[in-house]
Amino acid sequence: MSNRELLYARDVYGTVLKELGKLYPEIVVLDADLSSSTRTSLFAKEFPHRFFNVGVAEQNMMGISAGLASCGKVVFVSTFAMFATARPLDQIRNTICYNNLNVKIVATHGGITVGEDGASHQAIEDIAFLRSIPNIKIIVPCDAPESAEAIKVAYKTEGPFYIRLGRAKVPTIENKKDFVLGEGYVLEEGKDLAIIACGIMVNEALIANQILKKKGYSATIVNMHTIKPIDKKLITTLAREYKRLLVCEEHQSIGGLYSAVCEVVADSEPVIVKSVGVKDRFGQSGLPQELMDIYELSSIYIAQRAEELILQ
Amino acid sequence: MEEKIEALRIKAKQIRRLIIEMLGKAKSGHPGGSLSSVEIVTCLYFSVLRHNPKQPNWPERDRFHLSKGHCCPVVYAALALCGYFDREELWKLRRLGAMLQGHFDRRVPGIDVSSGSLGQGLSVALGMALAGKLDNKDYRVYCLLGDGEIQEGNIWEAAMACSHFKVDNLCAIIDYNGFQIDGRVKDVMNLEPLRDKWLSFGWNVIQCDGHSIEELLNAFEQAKITKDKPTVIIAHTVKGKGVSFMEGVVDFHGRAPTEEEMKLALKELGDE
Repeated sequence: MSNRELLYARDVYGTVLKELGKLYPEIVVLDADLSSSTRTSLFAKEFPHRFFNVGVAEQNMMGISAGLASCGKVVFVSTFAMFATARPLDQIRNTICYNNLNVKIVATHGGITVGEDGASHQAIEDIAFLRSIPNIKIIVPCDAPESAEAIKVAYKTEGPFYIRLGRAKVPTIENKKDFVLGEGYVLEEGKDLAIIACGIMVNEALIANQILKKKGYSATIVNMHTIKPIDKKLITTLAREYKRLLVCEEHQSIGGLYSAVCEVVADSEPVIVKSVGVKDRFGQSGLPQELMDIYELSSIYIAQRAEELILQ
Repeated sequence: MEEKIEALRIKAKQIRRLIIEMLGKAKSGHPGGSLSSVEIVTCLYFSVLRHNPKQPNWPERDRFHLSKGHCCPVVYAALALCGYFDREELWKLRRLGAMLQGHFDRRVPGIDVSSGSLGQGLSVALGMALAGKLDNKDYRVYCLLGDGEIQEGNIWEAAMACSHFKVDNLCAIIDYNGFQIDGRVKDVMNLEPLRDKWLSFGWNVIQCDGHSIEELLNAFEQAKITKDKPTVIIAHTVKGKGVSFMEGVVDFHGRAPTEEEMKLALKELGDE
């Protein structure tokens, strides 16, 4: 597992965007002074006239994207997850989502693993901000290839999207299934509980399963890449089958995937659901791995929470 | 020219009557800023805009975006008079299930993007203008802003970007009626020196009497021939214009006329 390929999801984003740009002239890309970090610079270099750098002005960027989309453009909008959601939330809600416009917000630097930049740059509430808004679809891919698939699906699917990518390199997950919007899937079958994860937490959950197996337990690991629309059918089936669910996300436990899963089971198949997520705290500076540990998100903590849940 | 101006004056009066009736029947809404925008909207829909009510989505159409979405009655009235939809719809304004929502809404034929949350429209208009440039289309984009509205920071982000991207196909109009909900604009949050602000942001600035059809038509003409920069028309207007007891009365920013006031206002405005 340690030898797996490590890739930047944002590198893949830039490359895929460039490829899509060649095929589809209606694609326009906007960035707010972070194009070298988000990798929209790759598109900008190839198609300078279809790329607009709006400077440090995210609210304006969202409004411009809406205007472009209203004229038939498919608009990809990028900046860091913190500034792609919190600052222009009103523009996203009232102008992009209410009008159901074809704007694809692809944010990089999501989550606590942004690392050294600290709390102001660690978007760990972004999913919560957006999840309650009608029309938008939310994807948190688990690795670089899945990010590529998600971006292509977002292009092909009418309406607003939010795709959250990270800053750091991520290992490529083996044995993934084809990406289908709104359909999570089982990566590993186990017997004692189901672990539902998204983003980089899928890899952590897979490692946690190794730890659990050494102790004689095993978990079913689910990649829930789409947070909205959430896969109610799969969650209900898992709840019925395992009675114990553990939800892992690089996000506050409030308002993200954990909340989405709880909403489904509370409504259909009430079982106990525990969370591995940030516990109503802000982030801080540190190395990504240090932060994953101190906020109890890494595999060892997932294994601990899983064991507690099994023994409960 | 005189005939044309007279015809537009008649349209403006019709629109004023429709606004009063619409809001009177709806028993809620925003008369003040709708009435102050009447000549601006009349000039646009009945003279300036290239549009076709029978083909609301005609790709070559000029775009009009109302950034101050609460003043939708003036645009709804103009669209109805143009024949975008049946005039009977006007009497359902703000009712459950109505096409005419309380704020500017794209479910109405002829409206491209909904608005309502202030300060976002100039960005939207910029996106439309950039799309026109990308597609080598010669349509123009018009965006009507409120004066109170431009206290929003987003407006100035957009103002900076419009001149940066040199969208000479974009024309913003500020309905400078001088009032906002809490009082006079100059008391709540002064905008002056307004002309200098827009000039320093790189815009072609035209000031005019926002109730003079002649001056407005000239301003729109000047905007059309200005190259390499966007134009803003600062239209000096009177809030509640045309109804004596509404003019300059801040209460009528967001209060509909009562049955009595509606009758009085219609009487004052005279026959269609």
